[in-house]
Amino acid sequence: MNLGFGLSRRRTTTDDAGAIERAALRSDRFRIEREADWQRLETIVRALEKGRLRKVSDEDLLALPGLYRTVASSLSVARETSLDAATLAYLEALVQRAWFVVYGPRTSLWDWLRGFFTGGWSAAVRSIAPDIAVAFAVMVAGTIAGWLLVSHDPEWYFALVGKDMAGVRVPGASAKDLHGTLFGNDGQNAMSVFAAQLFSNNAQVSILSFALGFAFGVPSLLLLVQNLALLGAMLWLYHGAGLTLDFAGWIAVHGTTELYAIMLSGAAGLHIGRALAFPGQRPVLQAAAEAGQRSAVVMTGVVMMLVLAALLEGFARQLVDTTPGRFAIGGFMLALWCSYFFAFRGTRRWREANAHRSVPKGTSR
Amino acid sequence: MIARLKARRARQAALRRDASGLARTLVTPEGVTLSIAVASRGARIGALVLDLGLIVVLMIAISLGLMYVAGGTASIGRTVHSQSAAGYALQFLMIVWIIMMFFFRNAYFLFFELGPRGATPGKRLNGIRIAARDGGRLSAEMVIARNLLRDVELFLPLILLLSTGFESGPGWIAATAWFAIFLLFPLFNRDGLRAGDVIAGSWVLQAPRRKLDRALSLGPVATASASAPAAATATATATATARGTATGTTKAPAPEPAGAAMVASGYRFSEAELAVYGEFELKALERVLRDPKAKAIEPVYLAIAEKIGRNDGWNDEAAFLRAYYTQLRARLEAGMRMGVRKADKHASETLRGKDNP
Repeated sequence: MNLGFGLSRRRTTTDDAGAIERAALRSDRFRIEREADWQRLETIVRALEKGRLRKVSDEDLLALPGLYRTVASSLSVARETSLDAATLAYLEALVQRAWFVVYGPRTSLWDWLRGFFTGGWSAAVRSIAPDIAVAFAVMVAGTIAGWLLVSHDPEWYFALVGKDMAGVRVPGASAKDLHGTLFGNDGQNAMSVFAAQLFSNNAQVSILSFALGFAFGVPSLLLLVQNLALLGAMLWLYHGAGLTLDFAGWIAVHGTTELYAIMLSGAAGLHIGRALAFPGQRPVLQAAAEAGQRSAVVMTGVVMMLVLAALLEGFARQLVDTTPGRFAIGGFMLALWCSYFFAFRGTRRWREANAHRSVPKGTSR
Repeated sequence: MIARLKARRARQAALRRDASGLARTLVTPEGVTLSIAVASRGARIGALVLDLGLIVVLMIAISLGLMYVAGGTASIGRTVHSQSAAGYALQFLMIVWIIMMFFFRNAYFLFFELGPRGATPGKRLNGIRIAARDGGRLSAEMVIARNLLRDVELFLPLILLLSTGFESGPGWIAATAWFAIFLLFPLFNRDGLRAGDVIAGSWVLQAPRRKLDRALSLGPVATASASAPAAATATATATATARGTATGTTKAPAPEPAGAAMVASGYRFSEAELAVYGEFELKALERVLRDPKAKAIEPVYLAIAEKIGRNDGWNDEAAFLRAYYTQLRARLEAGMRMGVRKADKHASETLRGKDNP
């Protein structure tokens, strides 16, 4: 026989009424009366879990929160009145599944990205401003350290730069050779592949630099120092050949974006490291989670910046073969990033939508 | 602001933990208490191995596919630096490959965990998923944060372990030990949080999936229909409707009077016979009765029959036990409504003379 519940939206039919009457235990009657709701919720939840949003009717979607609460209250009643293990286990599982659906990731990737670009990203960057200041100072110190080390003992150059990477760029190389490394590469082939490799490599390094922040931020800073010492060493080399400005231009094309991104990733790593080491009055896990969620937004942006940096490095640097042109591009990018992060406070729509948001969503405290 | 932080802290304080194992209690923002279970470390390792296997297979498949399109390794070196159309096509393929590899390494977990199931294919097969630790909404930020750390937790230690041999010096040992801290982090906290979970405020839970089983106490319905022609439909009612198939409405057999469940099989148990057992035994009995192989029916029947001193259920053990289950449940549930509970057979009996409803 069929009890007539299941998908039917009827609450109590004559069939049900018969079944309820036949059920001897009150808990069974309770179950039969509500089973239709439970099954309906399960159907909706299953469709949503499978991502088949279109298969769920508007009526069902609107009913979801209500059904969720109904079933949740069924669960609390059942806990106090029923010893039917099957029903209890089913309800526990169903409420939990519904909870996951009701509280699952709500926004689509598209919506999230829109919020990200129209204010979330810059707000997250601003919220880790102290860490950015530290990262910047460390980068400057790293550059100076690299320069000083190499100027005292040129052997350091190979320790910092590495023989393979150096190529002709070695201490004592002629100014002509060095000039050749900076200019005249516009005929180079496979620039796009070069750019893709650059991106993949740099992005991986920046993710690493962020992730190492988990060890209280120290390795993030060490990685910054190491990278920038390399830059300092090369700067010293080109300075010796009288090519300081040209080298700066060569770096600036993509460097204002790439180094900016690396600075942000180091700062994001430092941010979580700092939250773990000095959580303040919050529980350490909560502090870490808030810092991590802020940093995650920053890091998403970092990866995007590195895509742009790789394009600049792979194409713009080779195609723009003059120092003023390179400075113009690099300077423009720097101005763009600075104004986007620190002057742009989000579109009005974003500000209205996020006015109520709490700390971890990227707004400043 | 402060009020919200307070509410948040209260919610976290509400994450009371059970004394044993993986069970946790979580209070959702609207105050529903949920019993949840943290995913076991075994399930997580299993999920990870599955996912990594899938990633490797996909990576190899895509590499081979692109290689095939490019026309073999030998010609790649020659063509890629030529300015011909083939050269550009090849460059494009290489870019696709580089980007794909980057995405597989970094975005595979991200993509699946942002979905409505909050789980990668490996996690899904192992019946686990991620959730927000504070009982709130799982946000994109959390998923991103927990997966950014996967690099140092997993890929870097593995690369380190694979790329260096036994002859490596103390530097290698130090680096390995240091990365092992990340790798083994989940083993050293109760919730099995990995470093990424700490940063993200997420955790990995068991994702339950249960069908609503037929109530055993609705015994006569099941037994009556078992002999009826529509047996298959009837016994599968709960499961079939759960699957969403609309079964035909077969008419019930002759309607039975209310309360028939108690005596349908003819067994009536006295108050004293029912007072022997408590909720724990009831649950065990339900498990026995639900076991499709019905292996334990006979020994359990013997145990119960001996304990209550009856022997009239011989050769009809299942019906006897079902009737006993129903009446025991009726008695215990009646007690519950009065606020009296009997946990198991050893628990003291404070309930007396309660009739069935």
